[in-house]
Amino acid sequence: MHMADALISPAVGGGMWVASAGLIGYCARKVRACLDDRRVPLMGVLGAFVFAAQMINFSIPGTGSSGHLGGGLLLAILLGPSAAFLTIASVLTVQALFFADGGLLALGCNIFNLGFFPCFVAYPLVYRPLVGRDPNPGRIAVAATVAAVIGLQMGAFCVVMETLLSGVSELPFGKFLLLMQPIHLAIGVVEGLVTAAVVGFVWKARPEVLDLDRAMAPDAGGLRPVLIGLLVAAVVVGGGLSWFASTHPDGLEWAMFRTAGAGELEAPADGAHGALAQVQETTALMPDYGFKAAAAEEGDAEQQPVWPAVDTGTSVAGLVGGGLTLAAAFLIGWLLKRRRQAKA
Amino acid sequence: MIESRFADIGWMDALSGRDTPLRRIDPRAKLLATLGFILAVLSFPKYEVAGLLPFFLYPVVLMSIGDVPVAFVLRRLAVVAPFAVFVGMFNPLLDRQVVAGVGPWVMTGGWLSFASILLRFALTVGATLVVVAGTGIHDVCRGLGALGVPAAFTAQVLFLYRYLFVLVDDGMRMARARALRSFGGRGMGMRVYGHMLGSLLLRTMGRAERIHLAMRCRGFDGQVRTLTRLRFGFADALFLLGWSTAFVLLRCFDLPRRVGGWILGAGT
Repeated sequence: MHMADALISPAVGGGMWVASAGLIGYCARKVRACLDDRRVPLMGVLGAFVFAAQMINFSIPGTGSSGHLGGGLLLAILLGPSAAFLTIASVLTVQALFFADGGLLALGCNIFNLGFFPCFVAYPLVYRPLVGRDPNPGRIAVAATVAAVIGLQMGAFCVVMETLLSGVSELPFGKFLLLMQPIHLAIGVVEGLVTAAVVGFVWKARPEVLDLDRAMAPDAGGLRPVLIGLLVAAVVVGGGLSWFASTHPDGLEWAMFRTAGAGELEAPADGAHGALAQVQETTALMPDYGFKAAAAEEGDAEQQPVWPAVDTGTSVAGLVGGGLTLAAAFLIGWLLKRRRQAKA
Repeated sequence: MIESRFADIGWMDALSGRDTPLRRIDPRAKLLATLGFILAVLSFPKYEVAGLLPFFLYPVVLMSIGDVPVAFVLRRLAVVAPFAVFVGMFNPLLDRQVVAGVGPWVMTGGWLSFASILLRFALTVGATLVVVAGTGIHDVCRGLGALGVPAAFTAQVLFLYRYLFVLVDDGMRMARARALRSFGGRGMGMRVYGHMLGSLLLRTMGRAERIHLAMRCRGFDGQVRTLTRLRFGFADALFLLGWSTAFVLLRCFDLPRRVGGWILGAGT
């Protein structure tokens, strides 16, 4: 569920960057404050461990598919929230820079979606209370599964919200939500069971390892409420800004869904309506204008005037010019390369 | 397949080790220019296609001065494309507004925005890959540190990167051993997987302890120090300013439409 740069708007990406950067700064201060330099190599190596673990698959019985560990919750259990958040952020940074999973601008979104919820919500508010002071394999399994599901559901919801506020994808809110949440319910259950299996194994083999978090970090407090408040503000501001900054009325569409109820408006679009649209597309050379209006009447009414006036003349000019500038870009690159090779 | 992913970043590591003009530019200038590039590209309205094309200048020029092979960038793009394609392909299905037509061919808004998503994707991912391949993890982290990213975080990224290859090799060996001992899919389930990861985890923690002792023996006090200093010179300022200006100009003045209009105008 990595967000990609291509699907977000600068305002959303920037807002989430502010949120994630704030969290990283806060966590870095906390980690430094605990004065245990044992943690520096441990966090680094555990980050690399997550990479290694993500490469190994296991088969899920009865489905024919395979799964692997995500690792967010496991890191939180092993390292505690602050150190785990930094570790997850570093994993995502390396993924964005070297594997092109997600992107530079989407990094803020990804760190928030995949780091904040397991570390600062699922672990302290769900896992710890459920496991209690005196863990046993059964409790670990239940707590890990519930925590992983909750963390991933929140992360998936955030992905939907960020995509929606960016307005690059056409996917309507309700449909995207119905697509994402069940998928991540399944992923969350698998993640929880795997986390429970690993933690259970470690608990049996070396139980003292699981006390690392409590041994190393004094419980967070004080600054945290202030920081979370700031974060929420950043997210709201980022979201609001993108709403007003976008030149196309996706915000309106969203408002329409909220006021009219997503379910009722959604229904015709995917069932018979969608099939009809396909038929229409194949039988008619010119799909008619009014078709989409049936699905989203109000939305289109508002969309029409805001649509940038596109007439064929300017589009052709744009395409010709675009092709030329593209060619020029590649020519410049080629010349530069030639010159460098000539020099060498 | 997964092993080839890692072969790729091993290769990227080798690429970034060479001395190229791109490598010599201060990492701060490169990171900021790239961020400006991404912001400029993503700030276009969602139906924009032509206006995005001139932006290929940036990755292409960096590829040339950094000697980054085109095939490498294209291969990486192909590997990560599915997500953008998956989310973007709903646009042609959901947005059927006709925006232009030539004879029997019609172009709907959905296809236009889908093309725009693919272009944005190629531009942003391509530029990031080229810059990282031409800079290297150490310089990227030093640049990030100089830009104010906490040292605890940059040290963490460096550590992770250093041990990535070691642990991935470890994990691959375990996975191979499991596959060799499995018949008819037995032992490939979650139970063995959990135990396997558990022992990999314990081994990893043991490794961290040994690394920590070795570092303490060499005087580690929680700070990672580097010998070389970053210098932000005239050339770096020129690089950053030049590109930022270019991005602003390309964003504000619709170059393709002007050039195209001029050509078509001259032709008639």
